[in-house]
Amino acid sequence: MEFMFSEDQRLLQETVRDFLAGECPVEFVRGQWETETGRSPEFWSKLAEIGIPGLLVPEEYGGLGMSEIDAVLVFVEVGRAALAEPVVPTAAVAAPLIRESGNTALAERWLPPIAAGEALVAVAQPTSPLVPEAHVADLLILRAEDGLHAVPRDAVRLTAQPSNDPSQRLFTVDWKPRNEDRIASGAQADRLELAALDRGALACAAQQIGTCERLIAMSVDYTSQRRQFGVPIGSFQAVKHHLANLKVALEYARSHVERAAHSVAHDVPCRSVDVSMAKISAGEAALQAAEVSLQVHGALGYTWEQDLHVWMRRAWTLDLAWGETAWHRARLAGALFDEERPAESFGFTPRVG
Amino acid sequence: MDLSYTPEQEAFRKEARAWLEANVPKERLPSFDTREGFDAHCAWEKKLHAGGFAMVPWPVEYGGRGADLLEWLIFEEEYYRAGAPGRVNQNGIFLLGPTIMEVGTPEQKARFLPKMASSEEVWAQGWSEPNAGSDMANIQATAIRDGDDYVLNGQKTWASRGAFAHWLFGMFRSDPESTRHRGLTFILVPLDTPGITVRPIEKLNHKKAFAEIFFDDARVPVRYQLGEEGKGWDVAMATAGFERGLMLRSPARFQDTARRLVDLYRKTVASGQPVAPGLRDTVARCWMDAEAYALNTYQTVSRLLAGGKIGAESSLNKIFWSELDVRMHETALKLLGHRAELLPGAPAAGDVGEWLDGYIFALAGPIYAGTNEIQRNIIAERILGMPRK
Ligand SMILES: Cc1cc2nc3c(=O)[nH]c(=O)nc-3n(C[C@H](O)[C@H](O)[C@H](O)COP(=O)(O)OP(=O)(O)OC[C@H]3O[C@@H](n4cnc5c(N)ncnc54)[C@H](O)[C@@H]3O)c2cc1C
Repeated sequence: MEFMFSEDQRLLQETVRDFLAGECPVEFVRGQWETETGRSPEFWSKLAEIGIPGLLVPEEYGGLGMSEIDAVLVFVEVGRAALAEPVVPTAAVAAPLIRESGNTALAERWLPPIAAGEALVAVAQPTSPLVPEAHVADLLILRAEDGLHAVPRDAVRLTAQPSNDPSQRLFTVDWKPRNEDRIASGAQADRLELAALDRGALACAAQQIGTCERLIAMSVDYTSQRRQFGVPIGSFQAVKHHLANLKVALEYARSHVERAAHSVAHDVPCRSVDVSMAKISAGEAALQAAEVSLQVHGALGYTWEQDLHVWMRRAWTLDLAWGETAWHRARLAGALFDEERPAESFGFTPRVG
Repeated sequence: MDLSYTPEQEAFRKEARAWLEANVPKERLPSFDTREGFDAHCAWEKKLHAGGFAMVPWPVEYGGRGADLLEWLIFEEEYYRAGAPGRVNQNGIFLLGPTIMEVGTPEQKARFLPKMASSEEVWAQGWSEPNAGSDMANIQATAIRDGDDYVLNGQKTWASRGAFAHWLFGMFRSDPESTRHRGLTFILVPLDTPGITVRPIEKLNHKKAFAEIFFDDARVPVRYQLGEEGKGWDVAMATAGFERGLMLRSPARFQDTARRLVDLYRKTVASGQPVAPGLRDTVARCWMDAEAYALNTYQTVSRLLAGGKIGAESSLNKIFWSELDVRMHETALKLLGHRAELLPGAPAAGDVGEWLDGYIFALAGPIYAGTNEIQRNIIAERILGMPRK
């Protein structure tokens, strides 16, 4: 029993943090809002140089061959930087899905270019008809009655669905399932889709941790500088307690997220419940951080110009991605109350036989 | 990251489970807030001690079994799973004990720890005074050196189980010229010392278990001073870390409550009784938060075993467990409907009266061990670094 990260894992996290602090400052994020696609192939190449798209791609396909336990810390940094390039669909979801599909031809065709930063994949979420970043994807993984399909972008028609977060581009997808695109059917398709959902939700939860940390840091900085009544507003107890509450929510959500990473990496029986708890708690911590941070910034925070809303919008977006909080709450409650197994069979503490 | 147990840990869990199954009293003991219950709980502690399970993480020489903190967590899980009695000597074994281990002299360790482990000596905590609650640095009770003795004067209050305890640990002002955190000394006091009057106070549960304690020229030998003279505050802060942090409220306690709450919800729904729609989500939430507390504690223990320390983050724990405990009991009472008001003995209460007891108990959590407002101040100032003034 050792519930902590290794030094190597922490080092990877720091490397990514430093990299994003340099390459993905908020000016860059906001700059992308104004471009036609919202995405930057040059930036994606830089991400590939430090291995991010291929984190979960096996080494024989040119990836880093890491696990979700390593990746979870990377995604915390992605959230801290408000990086919205399609790392979740491509790196966190599609790469392991292709690997697990058991389809060697598919793996040989797509995993090397994913790891090299030369291919982007969009993935339909079982919880929403909206597919983010489909317009820049080379491949779309979509669900139909007869199974999962891997479809080239030129075989689908996209309709843009403008959203509240300028950091993302959302689309609905019109397409016809073709036999030659099908990569899984029946129970295997269900299994892959569920694993994709859990991986996507985990990656979002980790980003929500980073988002929440960033919002707290911005609020602490701002309230330490802004003065009213002759003192920094951060010395007022009402302000302090607001932020202390965020810190409590953050730290307990973090525990869920880190455990969920372990549960996904080891595919434990309670994996989906663990992921839902991570997504619920991290999502709520980030949403609460968005509201409280706005409150303590006053009217300045209510402007488009101030950077606060970059992260507020990420918090809102991430909450809806890969199962919104309500969806995960329903899944958790269903597991706890509607299944036959006793509550004893869930939970962290293992049972002796 | 490795979330599995070693064969030794599994074996320890089995051993503890078997012992507890064979020895935990079948009937619930009367409340340790009563004389009768206090004695019954002391008898249970003796049995636990004889079985070798009283203080698993303590060294063998002091009546423990030299286990590490992980085994302690495992033991706690088994303890609550078995429905074993509350720990009547919790102020001693969980708070003072670790402090003595850290700062006590070899003589003090040999003198106090074994009898603490067996609960032959039960301890009360004497920090609060009428004018020193949240503002603990405002302590006014004095301890003035006179030869090899301290002469104690003043008053302590709200000492849990102080009505029945044998010893008290507290802070006294040893330098009458001093103010605030300086000039305080941590002293261990036998409560049968002449000049000490213990006056029981009834608690919210209608039981006389709190006490206010008056010192009127009570003489205590200097060898009962813990840590250096005038450095009591630092010693006390070490105890406070244990109290808010790890020991006092292990996660097993809340996981057990959460499991009982899930069962209660299922049973209530199955009985056909109307259940407010929001409660399904609230119960799930409670269960999830109890999990979070367990996970977080395992992370803390992993860090401590790797040589790390527990600092101001114990304030996060204290807020989290105390507010979770209130929420869980509150939710249970909502599920109980009209039965929520019945005392455990009421014939119509069936087996649900314990929830009311638990609720009243849980309500104190946000107050004792430093109120949650004080913890929020600590988080804001010491963890987040927000301006004090
Ligand atoms: C069940 C129970 C058991 C206890 N057991 C013991 C024991 O064994 N030994 C012992 O020594 N003591 C014990 N106590 C006492 C406990 O430590 C104190 O109650 C606690 O420290 C608060 O002090 P107070 O009651 O004087 O409240 P006060 O300090 O008067 O506080 C009243 C309210 O004001 C708020 N407040 C005070 N100062 C601030 C501030 N700076 N910022 C914001 N809000 C503030 C508090 O948070 C609280 O809400 C126990 C209390 C309870 C309820």
